[in-house]
Parts: sequence; C-alpha cells; structure tokens
Amino acid sequence: MQLQLSREELVRAYRRMTSIRQFEERIEKEFALGNIPGFAHVYLGQEASGVGICHDLTDEDWIGSTHRGHGHCLAKGCDIQGMMLEIMGKAGGLCNGKGGSMHIADFDRGMLGANAIVGGAPPIAVGAALTQKLKKTGRVAVAFGGDGSSNQGTTFEAMNMAVVLGAPAIFVIENNGYGEHTGADYAVGCDSIADRAAAFGMPAETADGANFFDVRDAMARALERARSGEGPYTIVTECPRYLGHFVGDPQPYRTEEELAEARGRDGLKDFRARVTEANLLSDADLDAIEAEIAREIDEAVAVALEAPFPDVDALETDVYASAY
Amino acid sequence: MTKKTYLAAINEALAHEMERDENVILLGEDIAGGHASSGGPGKVGGVFGVTSGLYDRFGPERVIDTPISESAIIGAANGAALTGMRPVAEIMFVDFIGVCMDQVYNQAAKFRYMFGGKAKTPWVLRSMIGAGMRAGAQHSQTLHPIFTMIPGLKVVMPTNAYDAKGLMIQAIRDDDPVVFLESKLLYQTEADVPDEAYTIPFGEAEYVREGDDVTIVIMGAAVLHATAAAETLAKEGIDCEVIDPRTTSPLDEETILESVERTGRLVVVDESPPRCSLAADIASIVADKGFKSLKAPIKKVTCPHTPVPFAPTLEDAFLPNAARIIEAVKEVKTYG
Repeated sequence: MQLQLSREELVRAYRRMTSIRQFEERIEKEFALGNIPGFAHVYLGQEASGVGICHDLTDEDWIGSTHRGHGHCLAKGCDIQGMMLEIMGKAGGLCNGKGGSMHIADFDRGMLGANAIVGGAPPIAVGAALTQKLKKTGRVAVAFGGDGSSNQGTTFEAMNMAVVLGAPAIFVIENNGYGEHTGADYAVGCDSIADRAAAFGMPAETADGANFFDVRDAMARALERARSGEGPYTIVTECPRYLGHFVGDPQPYRTEEELAEARGRDGLKDFRARVTEANLLSDADLDAIEAEIAREIDEAVAVALEAPFPDVDALETDVYASAY
Repeated sequence: MTKKTYLAAINEALAHEMERDENVILLGEDIAGGHASSGGPGKVGGVFGVTSGLYDRFGPERVIDTPISESAIIGAANGAALTGMRPVAEIMFVDFIGVCMDQVYNQAAKFRYMFGGKAKTPWVLRSMIGAGMRAGAQHSQTLHPIFTMIPGLKVVMPTNAYDAKGLMIQAIRDDDPVVFLESKLLYQTEADVPDEAYTIPFGEAEYVREGDDVTIVIMGAAVLHATAAAETLAKEGIDCEVIDPRTTSPLDEETILESVERTGRLVVVDESPPRCSLAADIASIVADKGFKSLKAPIKKVTCPHTPVPFAPTLEDAFLPNAARIIEAVKEVKTYG
C-alpha cells in the first residue's frame, strides 16, 4: 500500500473525504428541517471509495455517477457552494436548480452527471472513454455504480462494449451491501462482483472501500492500463452504508448490531490512523482541516438558504441547444 | 443534379459530413459488417446498405461496429456527444428502441435541461420505420409519436431522397439529439439530389402538391398513397393540397393551419396506430387553433389499434392506402 504521497496530496485527500462526511451530515440535517425538496441519498461511509478513485484524475478525465452522487461530485472537485444551492433547488446552483440532488453535473470538473437511473452511467462512460481513445488524449472515463447497478443489463453491455472497443473506461462498483432495501447477498447471484466483471475480459479486483490507500492503489493499476491504451478495468470497493437508502429511511430491515458494525468501518478514522502513525500528518493538521471544512459548509448553507429559487421564466429554457 | 435513391442520398450525406468534420463518427450493428469473418470487415454496410463503402473510406475509428447491445450503442453515443464527438448511431429497426429507451428519453433528451443548459448532446439516432415488407410485428413499426412527445428530442421523417440528404446534414450539424427515421419502403425511390452538401431547416413543412379543396397532411411512406390518391381525386375535380411536415418535432403548425384556412377540410394520414398519434396531435392542434376555418370534421387515416400483422392480406389491410384516403377526402367534402 502506497502511503508515499506528498503532504499536499494527503491534505487534499483528507479535505475531500471530510468535505463529503460533513456535507452529507449537513444534508441529513437540512433535509430533516425541510430545507431540501424531494429526496436525498447520501454517501456517508463511502467517502474513501470516491476519493480514492478520483484522487489521480484530472479535470479532463470524466466520471459518471449515481443517484448517491454527492460524494463523487465532491471527490471530483465540484464546488460545495454550487452543490448546496443545487440540492436546495436554488438559482445559481451547479445546474441552476434544474437538476437537484440526483442530477448534478459539472463539465468543467469532468463530472458527466449524477444519474438517477441505476445502471445509467456505465454506457455513457464508455462513450466518454471512446472520445478519449479516438482523440488520443490519454484520459479516461469512470463509471460509478453500486451493487444494484452490477445486476443491470446496461452495465453488462457497457463492460462488454468497452472490452470490444478497447475503450479506456474504468468501472467502479461500490458494494455498500444494499440495493435500495435489499441485501446484495440476495440480489447479486454470484459470490464476487469482480469475478463477474472479469468474465467480460478485463482485469478486475476488489478493494477495501473504507481505506483510501487501498482504493487509490487499485485505481493506479486501472489508470496505468487505461492510459496506456490496453482497455477497461473494474474495481469493486466494499463499502459500509451508514444510513438507509434515502435520508429518512427508517431501515427496519437492518439490526442495531449490523449498523454498529457498518459505522465501525470509517474511512476517515482509518486515514487518520495511518497518516498519524507514519508521522505524515498530525492530529492537529487533520483537526484544522475539519474545522476549515465546517466553516465552509456553514457558509454554503447560509448562502443557499438565503438564495432565491429560479424565476419561473426559466421553466421553458435549456430544452434545446440549437433552434427549435 | 442527378437522380439518386433515398438510400444513396443518406449515404452521401453521411460521407459529406464525415469528410467535413472529423468528430462525426458512426456507431451501430453491422454498419461495416464482417469483423472476424473470413472475408474481412466492411463488406456489409448496414442491412440495406445505407452505410455501404464508408468503412473502406473512413476506417475502423470512424465507422465503428458494435456488439448487438443497443443500450451500450446509445449510451456510448451519449457519452461521446457530451465530450465533443458528433456520433451518428444506428438502431437498425426502430422496434429495437425498446431495449435502449432509457438512454434516449431519460438520458440524452434530458441532459441539457437537467444540467441547467450546460450540456450539449449532438447525436443522430438513425433508424428504420415502416410496414409493408412482410417483416412481422417486431421489424415493422412506425414509432415517431413516441419520440415526438419527448421534450429535448428532435424528430425527422424524410419522404424523398432530396429531403433525406438535406435533413441528414442538418441533423448532424444540429447540437441536439435528433431521431432520424428512414422509411424502408422509400429507400429505392429516386429524386434529383445535388452532389454538394446542403441543409434543410427543421420545422419547415413542404407542399408535396398544392390545392384548395382539401388539406392532406402525411408523414413518411404515406406520401406514396397520398400522392396517388390526390391524382385520382384531381381527375374527379377535387383538388387536394398534400403537406409533408418533414419533421414532427419541431412541427410546422403554421403551414398546416394556413392550408386549412384555405381548404376548410383536413385529412391526416399517419402510418401508426390511431391513439396518441401524430394524426391525433395534428387534429387537436387544428381543432384548437383552426376551429373557425373548419367546414367539416377532421378525418384521420391511420393503422388500426393492433400490432403489425405478418400475413400479406392482413398487412395490406393494416396500412393506410390510396383508397382509404380517397374515401376520407370524399367524406369531408360532403360537409358544407
């Protein structure tokens, strides 16, 4: 496992994981207060997975995300303020309030969009990867999905087509144990999701989704293969899911023991233990990052609560790019 | 100007645009054909030959044969279009849209709106429509109403070779997802088609025939029956105006309303089942906005509310034909 990252890189990784943790805890709170329309699916427990995957990606690499996409956006560098505005449905949000929690995209950050359709992103990522291959950019496209999406035909089609076309696509299956309210052990018919991906003819491996370094190492292998033109790769990250399918899900299907076990797997604590033990960052360094993020999120929430909703004039705009 | 078939006109349009813009790529099943065969790739060029010769001319990076995986085809077109390419993706028969509709109506059609105007998805989805080839229920449908009702898509249905070329070039240059529906019964029809590239704007109907007695609006291969019906009726002293909207989204309402204002009578011919069809849509628009012009009820000549049958006798009875159009025209003529 490679702990040999620069101090700046370690700080960036912890900042992003902390941003996701605090952002999602705040979403849970603001949702309960009635400040978020609709519904929200949070990424709590999976921070190390998204941040480990995105750590070595640039703004010119692409990701496609899921309904549980806030973490992927933040891991890819999307703006906290723009996201908070969007999730509250406010003007000035990343998608001007027309997308919401499940449809955040930021093309300047290589973020092709959260996707509310399970299995929606993998075929799209193959296309984004095809562009990189045809234009010889050396960049890649990542499709995030969950254990639920690993059962979708669209994922199978995308995996096969990426192999056939030699596209630099990286499939990341975050197995958080549940597809909505049904356990993966029930709905995934094989023992190993990675084995299933490998059967399409690409390397596939499983990483600890609560360990940033383990995920990043796996991603380094995937990136090396994809960037050198050898084609796709699959990484399955085994992640805990702290909350229910959506914020407010009472989870009658999970025992207290199971929830406690899930919460015992904490990617932020794991990161802290490893970097402090190796004297790479101090507890004080990490505490300072947490305090800084807390201020940033407080400010983002305050601004978003005050911001106006989009004017109704926006109802019929943005349907077409060319004349209609 | 030379006579060219509808099929050749589309092929020529694709070649023009691939020559002009290296971001234009083709994706689909057997659009080259022959990969991993003893004879080698490029020998098929699509089941009817629409993409014939393009693989040899533009190579495997521009003419990309895919597995039979329609969701991955349209998904890949989506991802490629969002990141700077202009893919022309083929769904061989429009009936196959059922296995990839999510990537069409939930993804491509909504990206721009959902993402607050920041996304562009400039793709063309080519597909074949139409009954009359004894191809049975799953290779014969005419599904333009399904696409037309989806905001974010544009829908093109050329009825002749000249329009096919101009509308295809327009579709490729357009920055939105365009569904381009090719009538297989029209592939071998010919028209004068310029050798050079030209475009036909969307949302501009064409007068196939001018007349002042009855307005007939047609779509797709129905043009064949409507023109035959109009010729017969002209001999009986009924002068029909035949209008081809050319695109169902956007729809040139103005031309249709202007014509009905002159004729006072409307027959809509649509090769799709009657419910929630373009015929129903156009009838509702005219009933709403052209009510004062109408001298007679609006008549729809459509297929029945059934799947497309196989047996020749049944399929012939299923399709709109000149006799049914003549009957509808004569009926609206009995009023006022």
